[in-house]
Amino acid sequence: MLKDINLTVKKGEKIVICGPSGSGKSTMIRCINRLEEFQKGSLVVENIPLNSDVKNIESIRKEVGMVFQHFNLFPHLTILENLTLAPIRVRKMPKKEANDMAMKYLEMVKIADQAHKYPGQLSGGQKQRVAIARSLCMKPKVLLFDEPTSALDPEMVKEVLDVMVDLAKEGITMLCVTHEMGFAREVADRVIFMDAGQILEENTPHEFFDNPQHERTKEFLSQIIN
Amino acid sequence: MIQSFINDFPKWLKKNLFNTPVNSVISIFILALLWKAIEKIFLWLLVNSVWTGTAATCRQADGFCFPFLFEKVRFIIYGFYPDGQLWRPTLAMLLLFGTLFYSRIPERWTKKLVYTWFGFFTLFFWLMRGGLGLPIVTNDKWGGLPLTLMLATIGIIFSYPLGIVLALLRRSNLKILKTLSVLYIELIRGVPLISVLFMSSVMFPLFLPEGVNFDKLLRAQIAIILFVSAYMAEVIRGGLASIDKGQYEAAHTLGLSYFDTMRLIIVPQAIRIVIPPTVNTAIGMFKDTSLVLIIALFDLLNTTKTALRDPEWLGFSLEAYVFVGLIYFVFCYVMSKYSQGLESEFGMKER
Repeated sequence: MLKDINLTVKKGEKIVICGPSGSGKSTMIRCINRLEEFQKGSLVVENIPLNSDVKNIESIRKEVGMVFQHFNLFPHLTILENLTLAPIRVRKMPKKEANDMAMKYLEMVKIADQAHKYPGQLSGGQKQRVAIARSLCMKPKVLLFDEPTSALDPEMVKEVLDVMVDLAKEGITMLCVTHEMGFAREVADRVIFMDAGQILEENTPHEFFDNPQHERTKEFLSQIIN
Repeated sequence: MIQSFINDFPKWLKKNLFNTPVNSVISIFILALLWKAIEKIFLWLLVNSVWTGTAATCRQADGFCFPFLFEKVRFIIYGFYPDGQLWRPTLAMLLLFGTLFYSRIPERWTKKLVYTWFGFFTLFFWLMRGGLGLPIVTNDKWGGLPLTLMLATIGIIFSYPLGIVLALLRRSNLKILKTLSVLYIELIRGVPLISVLFMSSVMFPLFLPEGVNFDKLLRAQIAIILFVSAYMAEVIRGGLASIDKGQYEAAHTLGLSYFDTMRLIIVPQAIRIVIPPTVNTAIGMFKDTSLVLIIALFDLLNTTKTALRDPEWLGFSLEAYVFVGLIYFVFCYVMSKYSQGLESEFGMKER
């Protein structure tokens, strides 16, 4: 599905990946934490080579957080439990400390008052902010976003993007598959355009939007900007 | 409230039973049938029934023979348990009801509950069996309701986790474990419980060395657990299959191990989804414990049949079966109601 992908992301860089559906953008970022396997080539995260060694996969997953299109919160746990589960089980953090940290992140995404509710009682935008807070609780070095706003009602997109912009300013490394071009312009260091499993174009947002090089990019941009 | 009921009743009748001519005819027909049945039951149970007397008095009347029940209830409920000691199975059952009642709230399903049940079973078996100051009553004397409840409760408590493990194995990527689980489940499901019980009581001892005697009740209990766990496994597998792939992905992404993912994320959701079929299986097994009568254990149904063999009281099987039927019904109905309560509780909070 993916071909000739050659991508290096520096620490603290914000990458936005766009492209038509089926172009392999999700597949690419899902390779980074091994939700998808690749057949050929190599991938190194934080100096750890990603191969079939379970140890390596686990250490990489500890460093890489991910936010999904459909949130994937755990519906049988409260918001607070959703956030503290992995720090307690994986990072072996004491419960009290995990709770304090979770509340801090919930405040950051402006949802601390919902801590004791269940995901089913929240709106889509709230759920996605919880999902972001949940991945932050693992203190990841890299954060992957897989179309985080595509499943949201239009009026909830902004509240999620605002949180993502705040995060970007904090300096975390972000790879973000999204069609939110305003977001790309505002925070991205580089925008990547993919089609048919290949990276066709890679540029600063300014160049990318105002002076696209590739025919396919032009066509894509003309379609989403209207 | 009664006033408003009386006021609204004609309206309710018109709306629900007599809203069209065809429905009116059907309603009248069904009400007439119902009346016939209720009238019969009413006459048999209350008007023509006999409350005092002997078997002879009962035979002359055409109604429910309560003297039979008064005479036999002790044997039906307690079987051959010695007369002076009946407080022990009674207390044991009350403890069981208490522990079940305590366990009904999901917030209490913690490690503490496991210890509570452990403590309960220690007490239960001490009361039933004796020792430490109580006269010993060997388990060939146990019978009736305490035995049925014991077989069912222990059967459910052990077959449920075993079923979860089997279901997980059946979905595991390790071919050999998967195959073993499939073989086990298909083998057990392909055989009637009666033959599993027979095997446990007749065939199993043949394989044991001379002189080793493995308790018959324990063997029956194990047979029930093994049998029901195969059914539980299939029920839970259905729940596991319905969990969205995204849940696994989220758990992997957070770095949770396979064991934690299953224990904390997947299984808790799966078993909530399959509460109705789980309770269905539990109710089925509760009633299936009555099959232990074929290996001569005196469960509730077998004590009833034995009570009916008393030459003095021949011919009162209707009374006996209505009585035990009612007992079975009460327990099954409580289970069913409880499961509905659980479902709506989880549903309200989490969906």
